[in-house]
Amino acid sequence: MKKAVGKKSERTAAYIFVLPAVILLAAFLIYPALQTVRYAFTNYNIMRPDRITFCGLDNFIEIFQDKDFWKAFTNTLYFTVLVVPFQTVLALALALLISSRRKGVSIFRAAYFSPQVTSMVVVAILWTVMYNSNPESGLLNALLVKLGFEPSGFLNDPDTAMNSIIFMSAWQGAGYQMMIFLAGLQGIPRDQYEAASIDGAGKLKSFLYVTLPGLKNVIKYVVMITVIQAMKLFTQPYVMTKGGPQNSTRTMVYYVYEQGLQKRNFGYACAVAAIFFVIVVILSLGMKKLIKAD
Amino acid sequence: MNQKQKKILGNVAFYVGNTVIGLIFVSPLIWMVASSLKPEAEIFKNLNSLSTFIPSNASFDNYLEVFQRIDMWKYILNSLFYVFVIIILDLIVNSICGYALAKFEFRGRNALLTLVISLMVFPAEAIMLPLYREVADLGWINEWAGLIVPFIAKCFSIYMFRQFFLDIPNDLLEAASIDGCGPIKTFFRVVMPISGTVYATIFILDFVAHWNDFMWPLLVVTGEEKRTIQLAIQTFFGSKPINYAPIMASLTISAIPMLIMFIVLQKYYVEGIASTGIKG
Repeated sequence: MKKAVGKKSERTAAYIFVLPAVILLAAFLIYPALQTVRYAFTNYNIMRPDRITFCGLDNFIEIFQDKDFWKAFTNTLYFTVLVVPFQTVLALALALLISSRRKGVSIFRAAYFSPQVTSMVVVAILWTVMYNSNPESGLLNALLVKLGFEPSGFLNDPDTAMNSIIFMSAWQGAGYQMMIFLAGLQGIPRDQYEAASIDGAGKLKSFLYVTLPGLKNVIKYVVMITVIQAMKLFTQPYVMTKGGPQNSTRTMVYYVYEQGLQKRNFGYACAVAAIFFVIVVILSLGMKKLIKAD
Repeated sequence: MNQKQKKILGNVAFYVGNTVIGLIFVSPLIWMVASSLKPEAEIFKNLNSLSTFIPSNASFDNYLEVFQRIDMWKYILNSLFYVFVIIILDLIVNSICGYALAKFEFRGRNALLTLVISLMVFPAEAIMLPLYREVADLGWINEWAGLIVPFIAKCFSIYMFRQFFLDIPNDLLEAASIDGCGPIKTFFRVVMPISGTVYATIFILDFVAHWNDFMWPLLVVTGEEKRTIQLAIQTFFGSKPINYAPIMASLTISAIPMLIMFIVLQKYYVEGIASTGIKG
């Protein structure tokens, strides 16, 4: 291709080819991102677009003292810290269950993947019905009572609402990570297992000394995408709890939505969005660095 | 225990274990479908026994009720329409951009590539409000354009296309150029036809992402006319009379298009997930 450098027809073609994407990215990604930052320093209220004024760091100072913000922040962290290990271990366990060349394995793979084929809204509605706190009309409470436990409040109880969302989200999401793990497992050379078994390693040992090290990078990648996805939690609390009870499931993205579009505090909501943005970008870049470290 | 017995035992453990765990895993979905086929009064009757997963006197009455109460077809077609338009435009716009980044020499190429890669970490949720404002200013609230235009260009797609096109041998392109094809013609006549895999992969990844999207349609679609399927089932869930049997039927119906798409394109979806995971 070197000889083609500077060829005019090719340069023209290049600009024609990149132009549509560049214009669209500039208009609908970069511009709104810059606007987020700009609005974050104003008192912009959607109902009064004519009275937008610069207010310096006021929004950020207010956020710092805003109990609801901190609750949304800690809720988001709580969700992330719990759902990521739970979902990753579940996905790895499922992948190990079906990492075999036996006949019919694709049926089991499809079964574990099936919650992914149903959308989050569908799954959230379904589980809201199943989580009904009355054992007479909630499937999961009927099961708990049958097994001799006390019925749980699930989504109606501030102590259990977020955990209920975590459990459901891990169930819905694990199939996706399982697929990544399956691809990773296929990448581990067979002779490593054979060597381990000649050395007398049992199932557990070969898992600890062959499988886990072989999956190291895949695990890091899965953790990274799961963390970022978890930080964006919105649909589940919107459909299942509307952020309640007692704010126990209100997340950062939910708070941005609520402040900006329901309470019309656009500038304030953009300041929250900017903080959210910084957190997610730092997390992404930090974890990318960790992956590249090896 | 000899080798053969060990093998049989391993097989039994595999099939029995996976069948039990698999059934438990999909039991919520089985319950959804079973409930959608039952009369309302029977859904909550035998919750504490396994018969709750089996519809006796199954009928499609709930499905008929859903179609009578809301215009399910319209919502499904709305979603299919806007999702397909996004996908087609995504495939064109991002593939030509990815191709230019992979195969053309031009000023600003490296800067653009760096920009594309850095923008990949941008969480869309963080720019939602100004984007909403912008779309409103353009008069696109409750318009197809508001659902479609902001999501055509995607850094992730550009990057995937570029990675794929990098592997296309330059000899092939030079041969086309000797045959008198200009660079643009070469792309459409020579490169595109041999790149079906990457197009299929982006197609299904896009389909899943937009078919499932809830937050953006929630902001942009205000009326009933352009309501998407996800918004429709969420609205149906909250509208009186709240009968759970038709709700379960609406959930089941809404899952069907995606199910079909998966059965047809699952190979590419799996490849797509796997390749993003392995290449990082």
